[in-house]
Amino acid sequence: MSAYIIRRLLYALPILIGVNALTFLLFFVVNSPDDMARMHLGGKRVTDQAIQSWKEEHGYDKPLLFNYEAAGAQRLTDTILYQKSVRLFLFDFGQSDSGRNIGHDISQRMWPSLAIAVPTLLVGLAFNITFALLLAFFRGTYFDLWGVVICVAMMSISGLFYIIGGQYLVGKLLNLVPISGYDTGVHALKFLILPVIVGVIGSIGSGTRWYRTLFLEEIHRDYVRTARAKGLSEQLVLFRHVLRNALIPILTGVVVVLPLLFIGSLLTESFFGIPGLGSYTIDAINNQDFAVVRAMVFLGAVLYIIGLLMTDISYTIVDPRVRLD
Amino acid sequence: MLPLALLLVVLIGGCGRQAWNDPYRDGQAAEPIFYSSFAERPKHFDPARSYSANEWAFISQVYEPPLQYHFLRRPYALVPLTTDGMPEIREYAEDGRPLPEDAPAAEVGYTDYILRVRPGIRFQPHPAFARDTSGGYLYWPLVDDVLQSVNTLGDFGAKDTRELVAADYIYQIKRLAYAPNHSPISSLMGEHIRGFAEFAQTAKLARERRAEEKRGGGWLDLRQVPMSGVQEIDRYTYRIRIEKKYPQFIYWLAMNFFAPMPWEAERFYQQPGLNEKNINLDWYPVGTGPFMLTENNPNLRMVLVRNPNFHGEAYPEEGSASDVAEGLLDDAGKAMPFIERAVYALEKEAIPRWNKFLQGYYDNSGIASDSFDQAVQFGTGGEAELTDAMRERGIRLSTAVETSVFYTGFNMLDPVVGGDSERARLLRQAIAIAVDYEEYISIFQNGRGEAAQGPLPPGIFGHRGGIEGVNPVTHRWIDGALRRRGIDEARTLMARAGYVDGRDPANGGPLILYYDTPAAGPDSKAMLQWYRKQLDKLGIELVIRATDYNRFQEKMLKGTAQIFSWGWNADYPDPENFFFLLYGPNGKVESKGENAANFHDAEFDTLFVTMKDLPNGTERQHVIDRMVTILRDQSPWLFGFFPKSFSLHHAWYHNAKPHLMANNTLKYKRIDGASRVTAQQAWNRPLVWPLVVLAAVLVFSLVPAVRGFRARERSRAL
Repeated sequence: MSAYIIRRLLYALPILIGVNALTFLLFFVVNSPDDMARMHLGGKRVTDQAIQSWKEEHGYDKPLLFNYEAAGAQRLTDTILYQKSVRLFLFDFGQSDSGRNIGHDISQRMWPSLAIAVPTLLVGLAFNITFALLLAFFRGTYFDLWGVVICVAMMSISGLFYIIGGQYLVGKLLNLVPISGYDTGVHALKFLILPVIVGVIGSIGSGTRWYRTLFLEEIHRDYVRTARAKGLSEQLVLFRHVLRNALIPILTGVVVVLPLLFIGSLLTESFFGIPGLGSYTIDAINNQDFAVVRAMVFLGAVLYIIGLLMTDISYTIVDPRVRLD
Repeated sequence: MLPLALLLVVLIGGCGRQAWNDPYRDGQAAEPIFYSSFAERPKHFDPARSYSANEWAFISQVYEPPLQYHFLRRPYALVPLTTDGMPEIREYAEDGRPLPEDAPAAEVGYTDYILRVRPGIRFQPHPAFARDTSGGYLYWPLVDDVLQSVNTLGDFGAKDTRELVAADYIYQIKRLAYAPNHSPISSLMGEHIRGFAEFAQTAKLARERRAEEKRGGGWLDLRQVPMSGVQEIDRYTYRIRIEKKYPQFIYWLAMNFFAPMPWEAERFYQQPGLNEKNINLDWYPVGTGPFMLTENNPNLRMVLVRNPNFHGEAYPEEGSASDVAEGLLDDAGKAMPFIERAVYALEKEAIPRWNKFLQGYYDNSGIASDSFDQAVQFGTGGEAELTDAMRERGIRLSTAVETSVFYTGFNMLDPVVGGDSERARLLRQAIAIAVDYEEYISIFQNGRGEAAQGPLPPGIFGHRGGIEGVNPVTHRWIDGALRRRGIDEARTLMARAGYVDGRDPANGGPLILYYDTPAAGPDSKAMLQWYRKQLDKLGIELVIRATDYNRFQEKMLKGTAQIFSWGWNADYPDPENFFFLLYGPNGKVESKGENAANFHDAEFDTLFVTMKDLPNGTERQHVIDRMVTILRDQSPWLFGFFPKSFSLHHAWYHNAKPHLMANNTLKYKRIDGASRVTAQQAWNRPLVWPLVVLAAVLVFSLVPAVRGFRARERSRAL
């Protein structure tokens, strides 16, 4: 397995270089260094001199990809692409274009993101699997039919509706928890209840339907028929056989998103005023802060690759037939 | 899941007498704390660099420039803040001969502003001032052990202060010129303060020399680099020498750019390792003001706490009769500030912000478009008033016409709509009539605005209201009210311009004009459609060229836009700050200035030069009237509208008078904590019964579920 992991990590290197180059190209197709300077210097009284000075200060006064005026290797290294990328691969994110330390910001903002994402994932997973098992158990009945109808209806409703509706109902009409906000330590708890409930409810439709499909697929397999023929109760069939065998696709879906939990949710964090990483990237895009954008895209790519690797490893754990070599 | 959540809610909320949905920690509502929110993360708190309203809302409570605006007096007036009087202004001929006050502007070679700082003012407690027993600085240079143990400014154990002196103001003026500080006014001040540009060059060379020699730290001691126009006369007195005459300079002295900066603070922050922890001057201000920023977490919360070293200031005792009637002089003469702390929470979305205001958790609020009808209604006379629901809660409304203008401009370099030809002038006038800004304000601004008759908003010297202020090109004064001229008159102008029924004589088809806008989102669709309809009244086909803000700026800089909309928010209450937007040499294409329309009129430019140096009075009013007449006739702008700010505040929030120039108004606010607690408890009683019912329904629904489960277990396999 070690050889497999090393091989996968080596494969990741060109992917990360590609992601970084693509981010760079896409960003600078839309924003020139002059645009960035104007955005950071504000809308009033911005002179050419101020723009030039800002670019020099932040290292955007060099050519983007190729420095014709330089000699030798400097033609490639004395460029914005190289200067801004090389430290990224050592996970040194440097300073944002507004002067903040990106690594420090990320280390602070990932905890609130995790505080919402982890309970939402766990509670959602437990609830959706339970509900899906119930639907599978009562398959073909009115309970199943109406369960699916409700799931489809819940899937069709925008996530924004759950957020605004939840805030209005629970925070404003019932006055049970704060509408939005965040605090540190144990005081954070009352701010997390509503976003977690909203997150779980928002995921019920799609999650339950997906797991129900997986369970029904397993339920019609030969080994399940054999188990029933042995006289096992439906309850045992479901929990001992169907659930265990449906775990592989469930794991595929869950493990791959685990690292991405750090990244947070833009909409939820924005509406609930949670100071997580969800809005960090979008704020950076709006502010044309290339340093943060590339750092977050890079981090997202790394986490995604880790997620895929973890998924592969988890296969071997849940299904002994799978070998990574 | 829901019963569990219910249990959690009851456990967390049920402890104590605090409302369950209270976002603050127990008992704080009764204290004199101001609660508010901010929507956009501030970027810079360095007074040399910060130039946005959302940043000034914080640092204006911390930094103190020499002057400030009187809180109650209107029109806006400057008063001393840290000086013992208004600056002494002396004019001299170029040869150094003193000139009388009424000397013609052309004779003035330079002007001296002499400012005397009040002795005894001290900076807020700050680690940069902390000293050890031997008198050395405790945190300079920083030792590794200390650096490892700190993560925020609050982690530095020792703090101290020192007296404010004239040198601190001089140091800050030098900072404005120092390129690495990226001050947005360095270019402007370079034109006015003597020796400013030379200083910038010398400091740049000194910096480069340091970099070559690789001498420790990034701090360049600007005290050692002289600036000829700024001099310390004695410990508390300094002089700023201005080239020729620049009467508007006094307004700059009320802005944070000219607030004092202790050199110790800049040296402290520039030590290696602190910036990596986001501990820098751009993030942690050091001032003499009534408050100090103790928590700076722009992703969550900003907290200002009363500065224990504040020099003290009394609430103004002078105000108008309406101020007396509104209770704005109830605190006259009392020592400020009245509040101990101000907590601003990050609230990006309008809906939760509004709901938390209604719950009493924010003391004041603006009004988003979505909530406007819920909060405000218009009376029979068109006056804005609160709805019954708001009045029942004791909420109060404050309105004020902003010192801003939102206009639509013509690019005067454009061959169709620009230039000084009669054809183009008539076309612009016709469009000025057709674009109905009264309708725009009603549809898109919820009535929050005033159709502009010229470039000067109310409250700025030179603005004329009523019949005297009518723009005869677009409006008439009928029965004591403004009436927009009819579309027929606009069509007549079109015909005179050669565009009969909006037809372009060049090709016989409809005249096609282009409107450039950065408003490309779906929210702007209705507005852009509205613009199209306005020109359609004249038979003109308006093509919308929506793009992103970067491309829009590029077009404006190159002069390739034809018609565009823009706005301006005044820096100071002087007509010069509006007319300069149309002064020829400030053309965007020519000099990348703020004259986005690239308007150039010889008479207007001459009058502008005269007007800017005149004191407010009859002569200046005459010049302004002529300038406005030229603008109306030439119509380089559709004057658009002056936005009106509407803000709401709760009954426990006192001394709320809108001030559109001053930002340091937190010190005037007073909070009645006891009333707030009562209201919050009354408005936020938790309703638990729906959850109990829900839990009961769930429990009862288990019965048929269990039955069904058992029946299923007993049934035959399918």
